[in-house]
Amino acid sequence: MSATEFPKPVPKATPELLPFLDAARAGRLAVQRCGACGTLRFPPRELCSRCWSREVEWTDVSGRGEVFAFYVMHQVYHPGFVADVPYPVVVVKLDEGPTMVSNVVDCPREKLRIGLPVEVVFEEREGVALPKFRPRAP
Amino acid sequence: MERRAAQAAITGLGITEQGKVYGPSAVGFAVDAIRLALDDAGLEAKDLDGLLVNPGLSWGQAAQMGSFAVQQAMGLRDLRLSAAMNLGGATAGAMVMQAVLAIEAGLANHVACVFSDAPLKPPKPRDGSGGGSGSSGAYAFAGGLEAAYGAFGVNGLYALLASRHMHRFGTTHDHLGAIAVAERAWAQHNPRAQFHGKTLTLAEYHASRWVAEPFHLLDCCLVSNGGLAVIVSRGDRARSLAKPPVWVRGMGQGHPGGDPLETLASGAPLAARDAFAMAGATLADVDFCELYDCYTFTVLVTLEDYGFCAKGEGGPFVADGRIGPGGALPVNTGGGQLSSFYMWGMTPIGEAVIQVRGEGGGRQVAKHDLGLVSGNGGVLSTHTTLLLGREPR
Repeated sequence: MSATEFPKPVPKATPELLPFLDAARAGRLAVQRCGACGTLRFPPRELCSRCWSREVEWTDVSGRGEVFAFYVMHQVYHPGFVADVPYPVVVVKLDEGPTMVSNVVDCPREKLRIGLPVEVVFEEREGVALPKFRPRAP
Repeated sequence: MERRAAQAAITGLGITEQGKVYGPSAVGFAVDAIRLALDDAGLEAKDLDGLLVNPGLSWGQAAQMGSFAVQQAMGLRDLRLSAAMNLGGATAGAMVMQAVLAIEAGLANHVACVFSDAPLKPPKPRDGSGGGSGSSGAYAFAGGLEAAYGAFGVNGLYALLASRHMHRFGTTHDHLGAIAVAERAWAQHNPRAQFHGKTLTLAEYHASRWVAEPFHLLDCCLVSNGGLAVIVSRGDRARSLAKPPVWVRGMGQGHPGGDPLETLASGAPLAARDAFAMAGATLADVDFCELYDCYTFTVLVTLEDYGFCAKGEGGPFVADGRIGPGGALPVNTGGGQLSSFYMWGMTPIGEAVIQVRGEGGGRQVAKHDLGLVSGNGGVLSTHTTLLLGREPR
């Protein structure tokens, strides 16, 4: 909005998150897949909680899912969100199983509901492509 | 289940001033609370041989070896049991449980268990512009992915659970509000409560500002400076002290793991199984409940998980005033953490001690042979059950 607006946080390209951010840069949504038992997981973790294997690879998912839970944030925890409150934070359950904290764009507040079908879009923020979601036809 | 003869009871209760109380550090509040608990029991510092400490958020470096910090601050010598513990809001119950286990094993006689915190700072002379609360915590993980989406704090994590409970079971704001109103009504009889003298109607609940929708401000617990300690004593020594012993009749822990968004359930069923088996009791024997209430929603889920009603029926269960003063099931009789003070799991334990002893004054429940006390930490991550009663097992 104004020129003095405080920037929003940008995810750090940590070794754990880098493959996710690289995929997003290329327009793909990626999650971890256990190299031993194949279980998908997100956010990235060192080991598989099912088989304890450290073998891991990244795999693209469809980017489709539905809103599983959400809240509307009215508190300002970070100055970058002063102009945004109140804003919804959603948990999206991907068609492939894992859940992901995110935001839904292009969706008026009254249309946002649990069960809303959504698909991934990527929002540019200081050189990072941030995966968000928008409503889609079921 | 065969039980050892020793048994254990809570013999001392110490509650410092609570709320916007400035001056003492967190460690200082812990010392004050233990001193009050010793006085209450008629014990002296030299009688203590065990010290269990749950450091609150403001302890900083002292949290690392919190029990040693308190030992040194009090000049305690020759302890046989010492630990700082942290399972979030379930810690208090776990400390009492640890004390009982040590006592029953012959490894301690009098164990002090304490929680304290001092997160509130005095108001600044000049009126600041009122920025966001909790920002220091948020900045610590501002580089993470969730922060990029504006997802901060615990309010939101519980609000997600509540949103799913509302979606799956039709739980409403009237249901959550009924819990806030009931606890506030209890607090009117508790002179220590931060909301003593401030009544609440359901309409006022609805009008309170949003924090993380579906949570209003009045769905969320208070923040308090202060300390709360109990002394757990070996049974044979408990009988000769200043106050009637509050016996630990049953105890258990349950930490379910997995994703609570999928289950909408706490560890209460697992913790309750051990606790009720040990006590030889059933839900029908419970005269009152002191349930961990970081949010109204936590109370609703906990009532379901103990089986007072079926999963999903917590809303209608609380809607008719059942848990308030004069209701069939007294819950959080001191006002809980929503309306009295926020000493994590020590708030419900302290109130249960008061009720079992019959010291509740205007809020005393008529029948107080057995109280059910829950602790809950993280996001329905950890859970403890204590059954406290007037008679030993």
